[in-house]
Parts: sequence; C-alpha cells; structure tokens
Amino acid sequence: MALLPLLGILSSAIFSGTSLLYTALGEVINERSGIVNLGLEGVLLVSASSGFAVTVRTGNPYLGVFVACIVGGLMNLLFGFLVITRKANQLASGLAVMFFGFGLSALIGNPYVGKSINALPRFELPILSNFPALYASLFKFDVLIYLVIPMAFIVWWLLFRTRWGLGVRAVGENADIAFASGRDPRLIRYQALFIGGLLTGIGAAHISIAYAMNWTEYMTGGRGFIAIALVIFSRWHPIRAIAGALLFSTAVAVQLVLQNSGINISPFLLDCVPYILTLIVLIIWGGNRKQSAPASLGRVYEGSD
Amino acid sequence: MAQQTDIVPRKTIVQRWIESTIARYFYMIVLSFLLFGLLLLFIGKDPIQSYRDIFTSTLGSPYGFSEVIVSMTPVLLTGLAVALPSKIMLINVGAEGQLYIGAAFATWGALTFQALPAWQLIPIMMLLGLLGGALWAFIPAYLKSIGLVNETITSLLLNSVAPKIIGFLVFGFWHSAMDTNKTARFVQAARLPTFFGTRVNLGLIFGLVLLIAFWLFMKYSRWGLEMRAIGGNAQAARRNGIPLKTYILVVFCTGGAIAGLAGMVQASGYYGLMLTNFSVGWGFMGFLISWLVGGDPIGIIVMSFIVSLIYSGGNLLQITSGVPYSIINILLALTLFVVLARPSFAKGRK
Repeated sequence: MALLPLLGILSSAIFSGTSLLYTALGEVINERSGIVNLGLEGVLLVSASSGFAVTVRTGNPYLGVFVACIVGGLMNLLFGFLVITRKANQLASGLAVMFFGFGLSALIGNPYVGKSINALPRFELPILSNFPALYASLFKFDVLIYLVIPMAFIVWWLLFRTRWGLGVRAVGENADIAFASGRDPRLIRYQALFIGGLLTGIGAAHISIAYAMNWTEYMTGGRGFIAIALVIFSRWHPIRAIAGALLFSTAVAVQLVLQNSGINISPFLLDCVPYILTLIVLIIWGGNRKQSAPASLGRVYEGSD
Repeated sequence: MAQQTDIVPRKTIVQRWIESTIARYFYMIVLSFLLFGLLLLFIGKDPIQSYRDIFTSTLGSPYGFSEVIVSMTPVLLTGLAVALPSKIMLINVGAEGQLYIGAAFATWGALTFQALPAWQLIPIMMLLGLLGGALWAFIPAYLKSIGLVNETITSLLLNSVAPKIIGFLVFGFWHSAMDTNKTARFVQAARLPTFFGTRVNLGLIFGLVLLIAFWLFMKYSRWGLEMRAIGGNAQAARRNGIPLKTYILVVFCTGGAIAGLAGMVQASGYYGLMLTNFSVGWGFMGFLISWLVGGDPIGIIVMSFIVSLIYSGGNLLQITSGVPYSIINILLALTLFVVLARPSFAKGRK
C-alpha cells in the first residue's frame, strides 16, 4: 500500500483515538482506586454537551474544554456519592449514571443541535513544515491531541511515583489495610474519581469541540464502553493504554480505507477485532496475579463507623 | 421477654410484602418525582401538568396500560437472566449481548422454516433463542468455571461484540430488498400471538411464569437449596460436595438462555422483524432492576412496572411539553439513584 493511505489511517486513528485515550486514562485512575465506573458513557455525554453549549455561547473553545473537564469531575463525584457514601452497588450505579447522562445531555444539548462552533484550532508542529504540504496537512492537530501522550505519562507518574498514587493503589488493592495504615479510603476514592472525571471530561470535549464539532444525542456511540474495554486491555496501566487506544481507533480507520479500496471485509467483523483481542489478552494473563485487576475492584468499603 | 415474642402473631406474607415492598418503593418514588418536578420547573415546564400527562396517558386508558405492559415484557426476562446467576454470586452484565444473540438465532429460525405452521415454528424459535443466549453466556461461564477470568469483565466485553455480529448478519445476508438494516417482516406463523387487540404478546406470560418458577425453584427444590448454599459460602458448599463448577456453568448459561428468550420475544413479538441495534438497553435495564431489588421475583415485577410506566409516559411528555424524549431518562435515573442510595427512612431489609 502506498504511504499516503497509511498515513491517512494513522492520522484519522489519532483523531478518533484521542478521546478514547483520555477517557481510558480517567478510568485507569478510577479503577486503580477500586471503583469501576460503568457510567462513563453518561459522563462523556454530559461533559460533551455542556462543553459544546459553553463553546456556542462564548465562542471560546478553550473555555468549553475547561467546562467539559469540570463537569466530568462533578459527574464522577455524583457517582462517587452513590458508591462511596451510600455504598451502592458499583455496576448498577454506573448504569444508572449512564441513563442519567442520556437524559441530562439531551436536555443541555437540545437548544444547540445543528449549531456550528469555532472548533479547537489546529496547528502543525514546526518540524513538519519541511514535508510536502499534502503530508503535513494530515498531521495538523489540536492542542488536546498533542497533550494526550504526555498526559498518559503524567498519569503514570501520578499513580506510580507519588505518595498520592501509592495511596490510590493501596486503597484499590485493600481498603481496610490502607485504612489501618492511616489513609482515608473514602477521601482517596473521591479524589481519584474527581481526577478521573476531569480526564474523562477532556476526552468528551475532544469529541464534541474538536473532532465532530457538533452536538447530537447519543453522539459518543459507545465510547464509554470501549474505554472500559481498553482499560482492561491495557491491564490497568496508563502507558499500555496508549497502544490500546491506537489499536481500537486504527480498527475503525482501517475499515474506512478498506471500504474505499473495495476489499470485502465486513466492517462489523473488523469492529469486533479489538474486543476479541482484549478477551484473548485477559485469557493469557488470567492466572497471573501480578497482571490482574486491582484486588478490591468493585467492592464496597464498609468503613469502621 | 423471650417467651412473649413467641406469642406475637407472625405477619402473613402479604402483610410483610405490603410493608416492605410497597411502602419502601412508594417513599422512594415520591422523592424522585419531587426532584424531577424541580427540574421541570427549572426548565420552565409545569410539573403538575407533566405528571398528570404521564399518568393519564399510561394508567388512564386501557391502551396506555397495555403499552406499559408491552415495554415491561423484555425487562422481566432480562431481570430474571441477571437474578438467577446472582443467587450464586455470579454477576451477569452480559444480558444485553445474550439478548442479541438469542434474537439472531430465533431470526435464523424464522427465516429458514417459514413454511412450518405456528405451533411448530414458535417453539423452534424459542428453543433457538434459548440456545443462542446460552451459547453466548457459555464463554464467560466457562472462563469463570476454570478460574481464569472474572465473568463480569468478559460478559461486559461480549456485550459490545454481539450487536456487531447482528449487524454483520443482517447487513450481509438477511436484509430485505427494501432496507439494508432490517429483515423482511416475519411470516405470521413466526409472530408471537398478541392479546385483546393490543401489542401485549405471549412473552409477558413467559416472563411471569418463569419468575414464579424461579421463586418456587429457589424455595423448594434441592438445587435451589444448593444454590443458596453456594451463594452463602462457595468454599463451604464445595467442601460439602456441591459441584461448584457445574453450577457455575449451568446457572450462568441458563441465565443467558433466558436473556436469549427475551431477544426472541422482542424480535418475534414486538418488532416482527430483525433490525440492527434493535435493543434499547433492555439487557442493562434488566441488570439494574435485578440488582435494585436483590434478585427478588416480586421486586423484579414491581420495579419493571415502575420503569416501564416512566418510559411509556415519557412518550407523551414530548408531545405535550416540547422537551426531548430522552429527558425521561432523568426521571428514570433519579428513581434509580434514590433506590440505590436507600435513604435512611426507607431502609428496610437489604
């Protein structure tokens, strides 16, 4: 295959994969603290719609990203109230948050359907200016795309090289022991959920403000669930999530190219490939304790009160 | 003192049911309706009028009531599909996927054996639906039974795969001459019979009968007892000679089969054809309902009814108030939040 289509695949994979990676990074932090948020889809929708609404109102996409980010954090805190303070079942609460997001985002976004916005500006890196214009134009990205890989490393640093990250992982493995060693599992889980929500909000902002540049109901199309699969695929590690996000989004990009070139593989089957791979990864690493999920993932911390 | 408590007449089942179930849910629903009313007020709608619309449209007419029952049918089945494995501490998040595959199997039957009369074709489609759901559930069940991967994760992943397989089949092979995303209408023999000229179909009876059977099974059968033992303490049960792996496989696959039956009911009874992405979250809703009520059969019926009431009422809310249909999801979610958060005044037994 020629170079240009390949670069085209890569470029569109990067565009669609960025929001996935932000969302997955947020979920990595959540799950490392022992909380699985099945409501990511709802969080994404509410963030995307409110970010889009703010961008339409103010004309400033950066303000929209900021608001989407904060709203993501707040949505996760709402989820946190259910599962941490009220000790509700995490999976059921997550699904309830998902339905809540369906409704709230429709309400927020309704006046803005079909509105156009100043999208997040795209610019090319100075190094690329030597390349032919056709190639360089494929790699004009917005600031969120440039920041996503550094963000993965920041999350890694936060989780594995700071005291706070140690606390998060300790709570995720065993909240009672973390409590006994002087940490407050509830506070740490709230913090982890809030920071995870901020990242999810950025991912949502990228969908509505930078990538699709419009608002339609249910526009995230299952990205929340893809992100959860991606977290499992990357085995709860932020750096491996980069590869996972590229894999998932490349599968989508490749099918577009295949359709154009007339190769007859059903796009539906190609869509399944990342999930099947995730399943295989799970089976391969299944018995290995070191590679598996945080030990108290999904468990309620009963506390000592 | 101890003797006195023995004399106090025990409450009958009905009394306890009224106190625990009805009263508890009543408080919760009033609270969530208050919250949603505030929201309606905030966006400039009249909450009283909206609620009146919701209730008159659903409970006020025989047709409206029948529509509530229609949307209740699939979640009764998917709720049971989650409740059954939950009795032995298995979490089946995959009812959505099992429903899709069950529907696909049933559709294959409907398209292949078109010439058969209804009394043969419907049972064949039911068996195929059960089989499809069970096969899809077998993957997580097998991986769990050999202790390799947690069933929660695998069943969740397979949810995303199943609709794509349906897309592949419908788009590639089954679609009608007119559309690319749905099959032709099933022949009349492949349609579940409906009652009283409404859209209520035989699937409702499947749901109710299976829920009663489930209740009797758990309470009175040897296997129900053993399942309760596994749910109480799996290791102790295993050491007492209960075949844990067999139970995991059989119970999880049975749950999947019931979800597959829900798929068959929706394809054959509700739509009368198969289309891509045909489920509007019935599997997930079944999961929520089942967990909210702790897998209790009566609770599943009550909660499914409430959820369906809200959804059916939402249809009319759009016409009269000019707000997007999906905001009814907010009322639904608030109800779920309130039940999940279990406010202290409504805290009963688990």
